[in-house]
Amino acid sequence: MGMALSLILTVVLVLIPYVGVRVAGLPFLFAAVIPYAAAITFVAGVAGRVLKWARAPVPFRIPTTCGQQKSLPWIRPSRFDNPATPAATVVRVALEVLFFRSLLRNSRFEMREVSPGGLPKLAYFWEKWLWLAGLAFHWSLFVILFRHLRFFTQPVPGPVGWVESLDGFFQAALSSLYLTDVVFLIAVTYLFLRRVTIPQVRYVSLPADYFPLFLIIGIGISGVLMRYFFRVDIVAIKELAMGLVTFRPVVPAGISALFFVHLFLVSTLLAYFPFSKLVHMAGIFLSPTRNLANDSRARRHTNPWNYPVEVHSYDEYEEEFRKQMVHAGIPVEKEDR
Amino acid sequence: MSSLPKPDELARVDHRPRETGWMDTPVEFKRGTWCYPGKPKSLEVLGLPNPRQWSPEDEDWKLPPNWKEIILEGLRERLGRFRSLQLFMDTCVRCGACADKCHFFIGSGDPKNMPVLRAELLRSVYRREFTTAGRLLGKMVGARDLTEQVLKEWFYYFFQCTECRRCSVFCPFGIDTAEITIIARELLNLVGCNIDWIITPAANCFRTGNHLGLLPHAFKDMVEFCTDEIENVTGVRIEPSFNRKGAEILFVAPSGDVFADPGIYTFMGYLMLFEAIGLDYTLSTYASEGGNFGLFTSHEVMKRLNAKIYAEARRLGVKWILGGECGHMWRVLHQYMDTMNGPADFLEEPVSPITGTRFDNARSTKMVHICEFTADLIAHGKLKLDSSRNDQLRVTFHDSCNPARAMGLLEEPRYIIRNVCRHFYEMPESTIREQTFCCGSGAGLGPDENIEIRLRGGLPRANAVRYVREKHGVNTLACICAIDRAALPALMDYWVPGVGVVGVHELVGNALVLPGEGERTTDLRSNPLGGIEGDAHGR
Repeated sequence: MGMALSLILTVVLVLIPYVGVRVAGLPFLFAAVIPYAAAITFVAGVAGRVLKWARAPVPFRIPTTCGQQKSLPWIRPSRFDNPATPAATVVRVALEVLFFRSLLRNSRFEMREVSPGGLPKLAYFWEKWLWLAGLAFHWSLFVILFRHLRFFTQPVPGPVGWVESLDGFFQAALSSLYLTDVVFLIAVTYLFLRRVTIPQVRYVSLPADYFPLFLIIGIGISGVLMRYFFRVDIVAIKELAMGLVTFRPVVPAGISALFFVHLFLVSTLLAYFPFSKLVHMAGIFLSPTRNLANDSRARRHTNPWNYPVEVHSYDEYEEEFRKQMVHAGIPVEKEDR
Repeated sequence: MSSLPKPDELARVDHRPRETGWMDTPVEFKRGTWCYPGKPKSLEVLGLPNPRQWSPEDEDWKLPPNWKEIILEGLRERLGRFRSLQLFMDTCVRCGACADKCHFFIGSGDPKNMPVLRAELLRSVYRREFTTAGRLLGKMVGARDLTEQVLKEWFYYFFQCTECRRCSVFCPFGIDTAEITIIARELLNLVGCNIDWIITPAANCFRTGNHLGLLPHAFKDMVEFCTDEIENVTGVRIEPSFNRKGAEILFVAPSGDVFADPGIYTFMGYLMLFEAIGLDYTLSTYASEGGNFGLFTSHEVMKRLNAKIYAEARRLGVKWILGGECGHMWRVLHQYMDTMNGPADFLEEPVSPITGTRFDNARSTKMVHICEFTADLIAHGKLKLDSSRNDQLRVTFHDSCNPARAMGLLEEPRYIIRNVCRHFYEMPESTIREQTFCCGSGAGLGPDENIEIRLRGGLPRANAVRYVREKHGVNTLACICAIDRAALPALMDYWVPGVGVVGVHELVGNALVLPGEGERTTDLRSNPLGGIEGDAHGR
């Protein structure tokens, strides 16, 4: 149900710019107004979200430790899975952000029947595919975004060209085939199939999980179509892009509707981003179970809202039990008169 | 419970999700899975809201008329206080990596025991009340209204999470269900929904200093019972002191070790160790509990109970504090105590009086884990150990959740075990260390009435024990947690008969040669030494 709804919504989103540009004749709306609005929403929304997180204090130091602590000098600590210093913690967070360290541990269990009437046995297997597909998806998306700098810069910075030639190592017909385009589409397809075929994952999935996936697939497909299948006027698109980033938006003639679809889906994603689970991109840096050193017994962590509480003091305790304590020979502060 | 199914029936778990969506599947209170609610008297001792007689099976939970406002206001307040909560509400992508990491899901197949859905129970209300998307789009973005049904579902499932943090090891964003459960239970407590197995020990601890409510003289009696037993086995009479001012070290154990079998053997181990090295220490009847059932109630109750330890250390004028073997107790001591009730500037940085080792990792909190202390003693050759006295035991080690995932105390207990036993075998990698499986009874879920879900939750742990039992003939499960010692024996009897449960310091007590001791013919449990027929020994 959620999936169908998300798919219909995505199809509608594909049709809107087509109709808007081809039928209603509103290219400026789709080439400039909407992208600007989306970009502002994205920046303001993400900043607002991060500020909201940052404003909430971290009252306790609660890292999840995933290895040996630093304790006695002759026991080898697990430096990054259980960091003892801020520097090691930076490495831990970097490993999470760049290589999805925690997801790499992922496993899957199986319940196996051994003998009829006997107890089934549990077995665990390393489940690397989610990690691999997730990593491939995020990294290829990053490289693709980086390559897009070609459209927004003049002259194009050197590194963009290097990445392009590296990424386009394989030649396909006349133009080079970008490896990341292929990896991206395979990975995102895997992530989608995984979501619908693993019963548990499907059960927990919301429309809000399918929708960004379809949106991203739509962006990927429209991009690939433009690059490899329907020739679009690159010069005109670059002119439009440069106009946008220099705040002198123009809509050159000859830009195909396919491009407007691509741009509109990107705008939708940007505007949707801060209000959805996609904020995990920023959240991963702030997670208190990962970005704090496990040194809470060595360095005192302060809680800004620590308030006094009602305790049962020793005096009250002794007052109540003095007789029994004296009788049992337990020392007391005040002997009974 | 007579209605308990046979192990091979209980182990056949269907993990396929239900036909109906989770929001449309109302919670069903099945006998054997939920715990009795808190007694009004215990709530009154702690001054907690809405004390009353009620039952989760009743239609009417006797909530305050404005219960919804109380909960939502409580949630709003906590979103402002805990960045963790804010983040964990916003960043989940429902990738499902956590789904099969929970022992309760593995053992029950109930989809709401997948950590992701357990958290969604709270997230759905958060989205509805605190996000624009949730207000506008409702179910589309996984938002729903807070109703009495939802509150009942919270009660059912947040008292079906042992705050073990295993899911958080695998989460790519470090979302920690323990944190969500802690805060959800805190919300439930605002309207008086809690369980007696937590609230009554917490109330006892507040008034008498320990969970069982032992009065000072009774506490002393229990300790003396242990010293009598030690004398029977070793011929050595140990006289521990109580509430003694001027001792160098205050020793705080989980009180379960003082009164509950098999914890008492661990407690004997502690006492024998201190005797062997001539430690200048004292026990306290006021701070006679290291465990903290406040952690399972609210941050505030946790702080109120924990305050006694520093207060007593200050009153007695000790230099530093040593803590016994316990799981969630060490979560509180390691990650909360100093922040809540510190700074402990009236204490000194812990230094072992025997070896001179400075416990640099505890220099601020000034509390050392007994496994750190003992491992250091062994490494310096300060203990005379006869590991053959544990030859009748073929041992495996269960990492207790919180020392593993909220501290990283992994090698210290293993080092000790290797030095006091000759037959030690590890369970499979995916079930130990930071990936250890909970006993299924932690975080206050240890009563009798929810035995079915406890056994289900303990299935993954038991399965791993069964593996080493079949492969290596393991007959002993060692652990460093009082709740483990209370819960695992029943779990083993049900799933893996023939495996006993010991604390690491019970093994130490067996192996330790006390000055002036007579020849031992039995271990601390009065079982004859020398191994069981057919066991490999005498190499």
